[in-house]
Amino acid sequence: MEYETVIGLETHVQLKTKSKMWCGCANEFGAPPNTNVCPVCLGMPGVLPVANEEGLRLTTLTGYLLNCSVPRFAKFDRKNYFYPDAPKNYQITQYDKPSTVSGYVDFEFNGGISRVRITRAHLEEDVGKNFHFDRNSGVDFNRAGVPLLEIVSEPDITSADMAYEYLNALKDILIYGGVSDCDMEKGMVRCDVNVSVRPVGQKELGAKIEIKNMNSFSGVRKALEYEIPRQIAVVSKGGKLSQETRRWDDVAGITETMRTKEQAHDYRYFPEPDLMPFEPTEAWLEDVSKRVVELPLARKQRFMSAYQLPASDAQTFVWDVPLGTYFEQAVTGAKNPKAVANWVINNLRAKLAETQTALADTKVKPSSIPELVALVDSGKISGKIAQDVFAEMFATGEAPAKIVEAKGLAQVSDTGAIEKLCDEAIAANSKTVEDYKSGKVAALNSLKGQVMKLSKGKANPALVGEILEKKLKS
Amino acid sequence: MLNQLTISELTAKVARKEVSAREVMQSCLDQIGRIDGQIHAFLSYDAADALAQADALDKVVAGGAAANRPLLGAPIGIKDVLAVKGQPLNCASKILGKFVSPYDATVIQRLKAAGAIVFGRLNMDEFAMGSSTENSAFGVTRNPWDTSRIPGGSSGGSAAAVAADECLAALGTDTGGSIRQPAALCGCVGLKPTYGRVSRYGLVAFASSLDQIGPFTKDVRDAAMLLEVLSGVDHADSTSVPQPVPHYAAGLTGEIKGLKIGLPKEYMVGGLDPEVNQAVQNAVKQLQQLGAEVIEISLPHTDYAVATYYIVATAEASANLARFDGIRYGARVEGSDPISLYGNTRGAGFGAEVKRRIILGTYVLSSGYYDAYYLRAQKVRTLIRQDFLKAFEKVDVIVTPTSPTAAFKIGEKSDDPLQMYLSDIFTISCNLAGICGVSLPCGFTANPKLPIGLQVLGKPFGEETLLKVAHAYEQSTRWHKEKPIGKLTRR
Repeated sequence: MEYETVIGLETHVQLKTKSKMWCGCANEFGAPPNTNVCPVCLGMPGVLPVANEEGLRLTTLTGYLLNCSVPRFAKFDRKNYFYPDAPKNYQITQYDKPSTVSGYVDFEFNGGISRVRITRAHLEEDVGKNFHFDRNSGVDFNRAGVPLLEIVSEPDITSADMAYEYLNALKDILIYGGVSDCDMEKGMVRCDVNVSVRPVGQKELGAKIEIKNMNSFSGVRKALEYEIPRQIAVVSKGGKLSQETRRWDDVAGITETMRTKEQAHDYRYFPEPDLMPFEPTEAWLEDVSKRVVELPLARKQRFMSAYQLPASDAQTFVWDVPLGTYFEQAVTGAKNPKAVANWVINNLRAKLAETQTALADTKVKPSSIPELVALVDSGKISGKIAQDVFAEMFATGEAPAKIVEAKGLAQVSDTGAIEKLCDEAIAANSKTVEDYKSGKVAALNSLKGQVMKLSKGKANPALVGEILEKKLKS
Repeated sequence: MLNQLTISELTAKVARKEVSAREVMQSCLDQIGRIDGQIHAFLSYDAADALAQADALDKVVAGGAAANRPLLGAPIGIKDVLAVKGQPLNCASKILGKFVSPYDATVIQRLKAAGAIVFGRLNMDEFAMGSSTENSAFGVTRNPWDTSRIPGGSSGGSAAAVAADECLAALGTDTGGSIRQPAALCGCVGLKPTYGRVSRYGLVAFASSLDQIGPFTKDVRDAAMLLEVLSGVDHADSTSVPQPVPHYAAGLTGEIKGLKIGLPKEYMVGGLDPEVNQAVQNAVKQLQQLGAEVIEISLPHTDYAVATYYIVATAEASANLARFDGIRYGARVEGSDPISLYGNTRGAGFGAEVKRRIILGTYVLSSGYYDAYYLRAQKVRTLIRQDFLKAFEKVDVIVTPTSPTAAFKIGEKSDDPLQMYLSDIFTISCNLAGICGVSLPCGFTANPKLPIGLQVLGKPFGEETLLKVAHAYEQSTRWHKEKPIGKLTRR
């Protein structure tokens, strides 16, 4: 019998705010333990949470980026459970009225575009971090109260690889939108995986197994690569799986039972009485929507279709947004977008790196790039001369036509002038001329080089070849 | 004696340099030394700190910079549930151990800025759960009028301290009547502001959607003065409301002609003590004589208030008290793993009533019971609020007894939680509805002589009218001038 896999992901992402969600402490990674703390995020007696408005904005912005709808009424709830890293022993989260619902993420997978639907993205708070020493344990509360977005997908994912690509696409979108830095090393993204298997054609879902607290995308893929065959093996031998929570042991490369359904927590959610419901106004939403950016995939597709760029060039402009923006300014009205892209990617970017210059500080005007391309394409200058012109553009910011004019770099296509130079070269290299005449065809190149040298590189190389051949054969 | 003054009497004298803040503070400390052994209103007080605050204020006066300090030199006692920087914060519970607050509650900041001397930790029922102050982990407070009786609760220490002139005023908190009921039983004025009027930042939460901080004072004018200082929106409390703060004391004109006073027919219940009933009836007549119009009104969902309250309040409390776990602060009883550490710590740290309410609250929020209890209670709560809003379309204020009886004997109800809960029957609806209410003296029982309280309830943010009515009544009587002190010093 054939089996299919059903996967849904709950992804927790730290939001990129200056301060924590309910207090003024810095949202900052790497500070010494318990230095970014105050009575509020330590859950001292008598304190109250006050919502960080930027946290609310980034939540709504994420909703827009993930094509979600944004309800006009959202609220916060308390999720009750005891754990040493939880300062209040409840977590402030959004239970039945989240800030954003019903969206989707499109991403490239298996040579096509796949879509995973998003159930909801809701705001909650991070907890502290437990440390275990030889004889005792400690908790660092620097992370407690950092705004966290939980992005819940529909069970639309069908393989470990698809889960991996979805997570990467999600990460790109969030970094792109300025919502999160998604730095995995700093624990900014964490994942719970829900996975089940069923015979192909069966409508009911199999027993839902949750793998908790994954902190890398490759870990998610590895855990699924282990877990899916494990489940299929059990079911195909007539065994029965039951709902449970498992943990991934990265060293052993296996998943193991953490708690069964009977041991599941009753979180006793109820509305957080210390916070008012969140009811955004149209003006507020309008403000947030101004921060929506073009998504990576859409940008790539647009660069490919609007400018006929190859996928690799388009991808470069997706990863390097300012460079892409520069390209778009440069390419306006250009006849040869691919050549403009080549100059921007191969020359401008390289030169910026070489001189450690920021793109914003470059003297090269975007309009100069298509000018340069046009000079080459029209035969006004050679590709080699163009390199020198570009170096001058980069140094001075001067327009290419002016440089060519000022330095007399225009290609010489005047037949009379070139014939004169050819005669000089032939006269000065009688040995080479002999070689050519005795059948060494390569000797022509040497003569050509001599002519180019005499013209200081400005002679039209095609014309030089033509005239030399004519003269030597006559 | 200076400790017997009201705030309005005192501040003028301090500003004119007739008395110093130090003298009045010392006078309160002397009174505490004389009588607190019999009453036990204070769990602790930091005399050196209080006198240092007084000296600092006297310097301000000497420097001629005492303007804009409406509470200049007034010693104000603080219920042990409010955070004062550098002072113990125990909520009358063992679980907080030797906890010292690292910050000031917003109300404490406001009192200090207004020139008050903030001092003392006043006794209470543990975590404000109770109606008699018998649930304190550190011993009961006794009623200054009869030390064999309870002072009411949960703010029993605050009420007793003000009634016994140990301070000029005190702060308490009111979740279901915890200011008004002890004020009634001790014979002082106790005001519960509209929910959102006063910031809760620094109030250790019992039931977040019901708790409000309010003043205990010797007369209505002082309550108005204190309320003005305490009120106003606070960026640290999202549930505080940006409603302008009126000059409450200026509204105390004594003029209540034509005001409409509602008498809820549902409040004339069986358990109402005849002497209390008589005193309230007399007060109503007095209000009529002052020109008010009395109208019978109906609050049809009154019967459900106590049950609703004990679901909503305990649910919120079960989460609010979860932070007392022995991990970050307070007392800890070690265990072999976190769960046993929690169990040992909370088992030893919390008293019986607190445990009862945590268990009740945990139960009503549990999966499968939520809809039947918590959700239903929230719906009934909305109906109770609507009862009041509808009534207030017809009347300006509502008048009721504060408590069905005068102060009862210590131990009389402590074995019967339900009887204890019913002593809040007239005060609880006000918190559920989120409106404001005040209790003020309206008479005494004959034998023994015990204070009786009149409750006046007002519209949301209707404190101005509420205080106007209370003040007009008060000034037409002598009840608030009576003192229990003679009884105490004779002992």
